[in-house]
Amino acid sequence: MEVEYSKEEEMERLLEDLRKSSVRKEDWEFHDNLKPVYSTGIGLNKSVVEEISEIKKEPDWMRRFRLKALEIFLSKPMPTWGPDLSGIDWENTNYYNRPDDVKSRSWDEVPDQIKDTFTKLGIPEMEQKYLAGSVAQYDSEGVYHNLKKVWEDKGVLFMDLDSAVKEHPDLVKNYFCRAVPATDNKFAALNGAVWSGGSFLYVPKGVRIDMPLQTYFRMNGEATGQFEHTIVVADEGSKVHYIEGCTAPRWDRDSLHSAIVEIYAHKNSEARYTSVQNWSKSVYNMPTKRAWVDENAKMEWVGGSLGSKVTMLYPSSYLRGRNASTHNLNISLAGPGTVKDTGAKAIHLAPNTSSRIVAKSISIEDGKAIYRGLLRMNKGAVHSKSHVQCDALLINDESQSFTYPHDEIYEPTATFGHEATVGKIGTEELAYMRSRGLSEDEASSMIVLGFLDDVMKEIPMEFAVEMNRLIKLEMGKLGSVG
Amino acid sequence: MEIKNLSASVEGKEILKGVDLKVSGGEIHALMGPNGAGKSTLGNVLIGHPNYVITGGSITLDGKDLTNATPEERAKAGLFLAFQSPVAVVGVKISSFLRAAYKQLHPDDNIKLQEFYDMVKKELRRVGLDESFLSRSVNDGFSGGERKRFEIVQMMILKPKIVILDEIDSGLDVDALKLVAEEIKEYHSDSVGFLIITHYQRILKDIKPEFVHVLMDGRVIRNGDHELSDRIEEEGYEFIRGA
Repeated sequence: MEVEYSKEEEMERLLEDLRKSSVRKEDWEFHDNLKPVYSTGIGLNKSVVEEISEIKKEPDWMRRFRLKALEIFLSKPMPTWGPDLSGIDWENTNYYNRPDDVKSRSWDEVPDQIKDTFTKLGIPEMEQKYLAGSVAQYDSEGVYHNLKKVWEDKGVLFMDLDSAVKEHPDLVKNYFCRAVPATDNKFAALNGAVWSGGSFLYVPKGVRIDMPLQTYFRMNGEATGQFEHTIVVADEGSKVHYIEGCTAPRWDRDSLHSAIVEIYAHKNSEARYTSVQNWSKSVYNMPTKRAWVDENAKMEWVGGSLGSKVTMLYPSSYLRGRNASTHNLNISLAGPGTVKDTGAKAIHLAPNTSSRIVAKSISIEDGKAIYRGLLRMNKGAVHSKSHVQCDALLINDESQSFTYPHDEIYEPTATFGHEATVGKIGTEELAYMRSRGLSEDEASSMIVLGFLDDVMKEIPMEFAVEMNRLIKLEMGKLGSVG
Repeated sequence: MEIKNLSASVEGKEILKGVDLKVSGGEIHALMGPNGAGKSTLGNVLIGHPNYVITGGSITLDGKDLTNATPEERAKAGLFLAFQSPVAVVGVKISSFLRAAYKQLHPDDNIKLQEFYDMVKKELRRVGLDESFLSRSVNDGFSGGERKRFEIVQMMILKPKIVILDEIDSGLDVDALKLVAEEIKEYHSDSVGFLIITHYQRILKDIKPEFVHVLMDGRVIRNGDHELSDRIEEEGYEFIRGA
């Protein structure tokens, strides 16, 4: 086996840069004293929903959709399974905060305070370096969007969803809440009622974009909700990689993030969705993410779930056409006092479809990492295949990991397999590595990175480094490991 | 390296009860003793294994007091232990592990990655390991003998000043033992001191120690040369116990 010198060398260089720069959690847990130009105030009822629709000057179909979704939200009970959600304070949450009135296409037009925030987070720099386009959202609204001209000329659309509803209503209507209807679950219904922002990305037939497009979500307010709705459409034979990053300051009162992501991978297309979520520990993160994958199309989910107080997230792929495939990679970091209830769903609806799910979790101190998955193979999904791999790494004695796979197989010719491993960073391993000159911190980071190695190759270098940085940061606080 | 009146305990039980030993560059010492005498404990205490607590005495190397130093500080000072049962570190590749360790121990050497890996491959081959081991996880899925050979590879790469070999011959067949002994002899120089921990003679046939010490019940109770080890092989430890 050959060692990949160039990649290792690059990684080594990046890690060294990282060591030199002093990284603190304050780097993204800061918050701005920015007064929103418009806010609906706390609480949720029919008039709040109508108010949001009116501020946005939406078409009537959208207003009616919101009101219907609100009814569904109010009628649906809270999930009776999974983590404790009793900390969500529905009454005292602010459901809509508008930071500014303009949507800019140049960073120079973005108000200084907001621009500074995104600059601190390194967004404009990233955009310049390696993105085909980017959207930035601050609290409830997109404040910036830009797409490189070469892609715009080819008919690619990339903007916040609010703008798309106005500029491309028919196209949006074709896809809006088809994969994730408001009836799906309580949080999807909530999103339907109060959604604001999110991205709309449309890649026309045969257009293959080789650089990723990114949206960055920033939640600033205390006890607020962010309810963006993102739609990615990869039309026939196209190729697209869409990336999301999310951060929020740490507050005393909890915030709620309840997004919808819908991805439509049409015939022969390739769609990849990468998200790195680093919400602060005062955020309940409850998104619903789903892809429809048509004949011969490929869907890839790559996720890093690093922050938040509680996350419930199970990206799903509906394999609707012959030879459709999905690959789902997820890394969850359950830091002290947090719960990650994450997993994946693969629904095989056509012949020769395949799914591969790799879920890796790391639990630190009393952090709790749960894998919850659904694999369903309908009758007629002949010769379909699925493989699920769950690996857990426990850092401390009180760290916890649980695995709940759920399989429904109705097709006798289908094949599927499960693998699960649990590892630990033990005193003996650390003593051995330290006796060769490595510090305890360096040794445990190497074990963690080794544990993630097969997934690291799948994600962009910059994100691998960012993830390593976060893991190091969490680990750095551990005086006595093992 | 100078060990003075060293006592240490593990899980509250005192194992070492005042050990005195001095190993200088260029010297080869053998530390012998029956099972349970505290030989492996001494090795672990010397490298600062966190499960062992030093309760008295001192360890110095080149005039530097290491008694309360962390394992990594001891490694940087030049101490190296070839473990009796090296642990597997799942997921950590030999290539990156050795590279990171080397950078810590030799920060001024700016050897290129490619050159460094070539050096490791060469050492792997010399002890009879395939160079593909470079991309395997540390000791993961290795046989007992492969683990021992890899300990020797680490010694050759990391270039310590004081090498402690804890039962390096166990798990090695005759041919492998020969390769390992060759490496030890190759590495031995005026600036490197060896402490070979063993409870029987096998390895000492290939590598002749100038000094032989007998550890019993947590103390060094006899010092001598190869005549002492020869006699132990013939008569066992009874004659010392009886004395």
